[in-house]
Amino acid sequence: MQKQLVKCNINGKDVETYVDVRASLTDMLRNDYRLTSVKKGCEVGECGACTVLIDGECYNSCIYMAIWADGKHIRTLEGLLGPNGELSDIQQAFVDEAAVQCGFCTPGFIMTAVEILETGKEYTRDELRKLLSGHLCRCTGYENILNAVEKTMKKRLGKA
Amino acid sequence: MVVGKSVKRVDAVDKVTGRARYTDDLADKSALIVKICHSTIAHGMVTKVDTSAAEAIPGVVKVVTCFDVPDIPFPTAGHPWSVDPHHQDVADRLLLNRHVRYYGDEVAVVIAEDEVAATQGVRALNVEYDEYPFVLDPQEAMQDGAPQLHEEFPNNILAHTGYEEGDFAKAITEPGLVKIEGWYNTPTVQHCHIENHICFAEQQNGKIVVVTSTQIPHIVRRIVAQALGIPWGQIRLIKPYIGGGFGNKQDALYEPLCAYCCQQVGGRLVKLDVSREETFVSNRVRHAIRYHITTYARKDGRFVARQMEAFSNQGAYASHGHGVVAKGAGAFKQIYVDAAATKCDAYSIYTNMPAAGAMRAYGIPQVSFAIESNVEDAARVLGIDSVALRRMNMMPVGYRDAFSHNVNYFDTLNQCINKGMAYVDYEKKRAEYAHQTGPVRRGVGMAIFWYNTAVWPIALEASSCRIVMNQDGSVQFSIGETEIGQGADTAFAQMVADTVGLPFEKVHVVSTQDTDLTPFGTGAYASRQTYVAGFAIHNIGTKLKNKVLAYAEYLTGKPADTLDLVDGIIIEKSSGEHLMPIDELATTALYSTEQAEHLTAEGTTQIKSNAYSFGCAFAEVEVDIPLCKVKLLKMINVHDCGTLINPQLAEAQVHGGMSMAIGYGLSEQLLFDPKTGRPLNNNLLDYKISTMMDHCDLRAEFVENAEPTSPFGTKALGEPPTCPGAPAIRNAILNATGVAVDQTPITPHVLFVKFKEAGLL
Amino acid sequence: MYDFSAIYEATSVGNAIELLQAHPSAVIIAGGSDVLIKMREGKLAGAELVSIFKLDELRGVSLDENGSIRIGPLTSFSHVTKDPLIQKLIPVLGEAVDLVGGPQLRNIGTMGGNICNGVTSADSASTQVAYDAMLELTGPDGVRMLSIHEFYKGPGRVALEPAELLTAILIPKESYENCFGYYIKYAMRNAMDIATIGCSVNVVLSADKKTIERARIGFGVAGPVPLRARNAEAALSGHAADESAIELIGNAVLDDVKPRTSWRASADFRKQIISETSRRALRTSIERAGGAL
Repeated sequence: MQKQLVKCNINGKDVETYVDVRASLTDMLRNDYRLTSVKKGCEVGECGACTVLIDGECYNSCIYMAIWADGKHIRTLEGLLGPNGELSDIQQAFVDEAAVQCGFCTPGFIMTAVEILETGKEYTRDELRKLLSGHLCRCTGYENILNAVEKTMKKRLGKA
Repeated sequence: MVVGKSVKRVDAVDKVTGRARYTDDLADKSALIVKICHSTIAHGMVTKVDTSAAEAIPGVVKVVTCFDVPDIPFPTAGHPWSVDPHHQDVADRLLLNRHVRYYGDEVAVVIAEDEVAATQGVRALNVEYDEYPFVLDPQEAMQDGAPQLHEEFPNNILAHTGYEEGDFAKAITEPGLVKIEGWYNTPTVQHCHIENHICFAEQQNGKIVVVTSTQIPHIVRRIVAQALGIPWGQIRLIKPYIGGGFGNKQDALYEPLCAYCCQQVGGRLVKLDVSREETFVSNRVRHAIRYHITTYARKDGRFVARQMEAFSNQGAYASHGHGVVAKGAGAFKQIYVDAAATKCDAYSIYTNMPAAGAMRAYGIPQVSFAIESNVEDAARVLGIDSVALRRMNMMPVGYRDAFSHNVNYFDTLNQCINKGMAYVDYEKKRAEYAHQTGPVRRGVGMAIFWYNTAVWPIALEASSCRIVMNQDGSVQFSIGETEIGQGADTAFAQMVADTVGLPFEKVHVVSTQDTDLTPFGTGAYASRQTYVAGFAIHNIGTKLKNKVLAYAEYLTGKPADTLDLVDGIIIEKSSGEHLMPIDELATTALYSTEQAEHLTAEGTTQIKSNAYSFGCAFAEVEVDIPLCKVKLLKMINVHDCGTLINPQLAEAQVHGGMSMAIGYGLSEQLLFDPKTGRPLNNNLLDYKISTMMDHCDLRAEFVENAEPTSPFGTKALGEPPTCPGAPAIRNAILNATGVAVDQTPITPHVLFVKFKEAGLL
Repeated sequence: MYDFSAIYEATSVGNAIELLQAHPSAVIIAGGSDVLIKMREGKLAGAELVSIFKLDELRGVSLDENGSIRIGPLTSFSHVTKDPLIQKLIPVLGEAVDLVGGPQLRNIGTMGGNICNGVTSADSASTQVAYDAMLELTGPDGVRMLSIHEFYKGPGRVALEPAELLTAILIPKESYENCFGYYIKYAMRNAMDIATIGCSVNVVLSADKKTIERARIGFGVAGPVPLRARNAEAALSGHAADESAIELIGNAVLDDVKPRTSWRASADFRKQIISETSRRALRTSIERAGGAL
């Protein structure tokens, strides 16, 4: 099967690899770059477990072709850590607010939360619900996840 | 002391950094991929499988069909094995089936070099069937002449049990009794854990090693060996982090088939990756149970006699079988205690539907919906306040169940109800909402529930664990009880820390179970982990501490019973004097040229007790009658799960169960085409689990009555949160609109029909 | 990994047309959220794909000299919602596509894909139908304009000729000027869902805000293709902008629709929702236009 070179920037590093043209971005990130935080939950863009940031916007990587990643900036959970392995504020908030149970939806949720936080805007709780609505979770009832994102947003805005 | 504190999850950092590895993350890229060819009819016999086109596809390595597999029926249920054949689960599964019994049954597998080749291979298989008539409804399946699924079970009745306490026929002759009768229907729903079931297998070192997303590693190991007909020690089963289970993974799902495929390709690494669509139908579902409840009450509200018939849709194979509806039958006579008599008949019936297995709270969400709907209706018929009617009849303090020996030590139900009422301002709202007339109306409703802990005396309760001390005084803790997302590892670490006398940070829970290394435990189900592990930890943790103190005696000359290990320091009890830190003792002990000892402790702890775990839910809803929509405004669960080991994690557990109950009450249902038995909505778009926009804020509160049978005062929490939410919502809708809905999910389609009947539309 | 036999990445509109001519059985893939999902279901297994995903020339919103809003068909839903022109001139469209699926789907899904897949439930479609959108189609024989009303041929079928591409969606000035609208998506859950009924209403009121000069009503899932409730529109034309109009529309639309019964919903249920959503959408449209009810 046809292979194509994909050159992109992943978590701040310029990388390139040949991929099977049929590969999804999830396949490339997991198999070629061992970025296993990107999870497969449904592979049809319903559950959000595979969510990554592409040029700052959240996408379901399972329905994004790997070859489209050429020239793009991609961020996954692994890229959020500080130079010495420090947790970012949103990761720490997920820990502190008990927003993690089985953890399978967690990476996707955190990446969408990063996009929300980086807008620098203040959202109401209901607006946050909508911005996070592309993720399914069966463990948490969404409650503590919403709390973690809301608290981090407020902290960044100095309104904690 | 760290038990009782909301310490952070021991696995949280690994999970928020992506370092936590789940099954697919551990599978090597070189794995061959197994894809399953599922039956496309609901009932029939495979007459032929033409594999030639599939085998010709580049990348296809091997095709195995139902004609190739050994004829060794095996059970799949996640129950401890019984050496008494009469107590063993029904062994009605083969690895692949010629007699297919539901749409989605397994007929053949294609093993290929990549997933596309495997999928193309499955599509290229030509399967011929002799089609039989099929039946999807349990009561139809019980009738004479219905299609038969299993020869050994005439009329498709897997089991029928019942009881009669008191003299029912006599009891209902009491003059002046009011009769409240209804039929209540609960749906087929699925667990929808975000990580689909997945496993891989490879021959290593004389064993078949299976890595799998399961709740029950030791049990699945046994079942894989049984299915393959090989000694149990030849299977090594490993369970890493899993992405939820909720009971679906409390069964042997595809591990036996995966291990068999590994054998079929000479021991090579094979991976069996199940899609979401397959998970919905070809794993397990919740038993859909239809109830017929009749309550006979005095005019003052006292229940004199109640009767229940329950028809449980078992689906095509036995899995957890009759235990589910039977648990509900037991709940029926305990949650409310009748003055004179209680009668029950429960049937589990095979149908050509996906196999029903364990799902969070095991029959109690179903029966709670039925019972609490009936009681709410009774309140209206009798003209008595809903809460007052419950208080009058629910299990009293001091009640003792003859079978389980559970005792209701505390006034839990009243305490829980009081908290729930306060949160939703129940009495004020009932009054305020009593006379609404507009198109949008609000209502409050509630429900109580019964639950218990672990499975004694029905089945074995025993747990083994091992604690191993390092030179620096830290320990590894290994147990067969599993972290499935609920926070078990953290609770274990807290209990170990307090029992042994170490700081929390010095306790490392080995999260992965490996049957080669991990002591025997049956795994996560029946809300047993914290309760059962608590006994094991108390036993073995104390053993380890005693070994440490005995060595301290050897080193210091002071008698061990005058010493203690507290927070990692050996102290003299009476004076509090610090004698030495644990790392000094552990290092000295390990390297002593006089008396060397590696400080470890392990053993089996058997548990012969059970514990009630009760609570309630209160919900406030807004019903938009013209649009047939229900909006949740407020919802609370109140639980008595004994002493909270970790309050923050306990709350989080409750939120998750509430979410499941909301879906159960309002939106979730697996639908099947009545003409073909084919599933219609087995995907995450058409099967409606709640999104973040479908919930209100979820509130969890607790009443902490320390459980006397438990060394840590704890009892069931994992499953109870799923029990009361759906009936609480149903009752809130009733109180808002006057319309009683006796089925779930209460979708807009259902409300449309009901509102028209009631003249509201 | 997806099961297709080849993917050809177009470098320009012209190149896309050439590729479609060279591979006549190829399927166009834009954002992929329709095509890739169909492929997972096995429906397009082994297909050839012509990808137009990289054609940035088809992205963006601008204003033509004649006042038409020009929407590039590869513009994602989220970019339409955020676009200042859309927010100023036809906010109801931005609101409608802000209801598609969830945030990730709104970033990948495209305006063009949403109508070229021909489904009646598309959230963008009923509003475009209610605003008389014109479609610019480019093919081997050049460029032609087609009204959206002639574009839908049947469920899942649109009037695209072989090797033809949708290259712009135009909203005429006459449609949006002085016009205020509201879209209601009725679905089983509040996110990640497809409309059971979609209702897009817009009104132009008289200067004193007391009369409906023009009302337009677009529906999704009220028939095999997105449709206009023309009889109801006629009945509302010149009608007082008051409660009686709200009452009227709920009944009048039932003559314009033909919903079907499926395992998802019964026709009677759909009619109930069609009726009620049209009332509420008209109410909000009138309020947005400055009317007082």
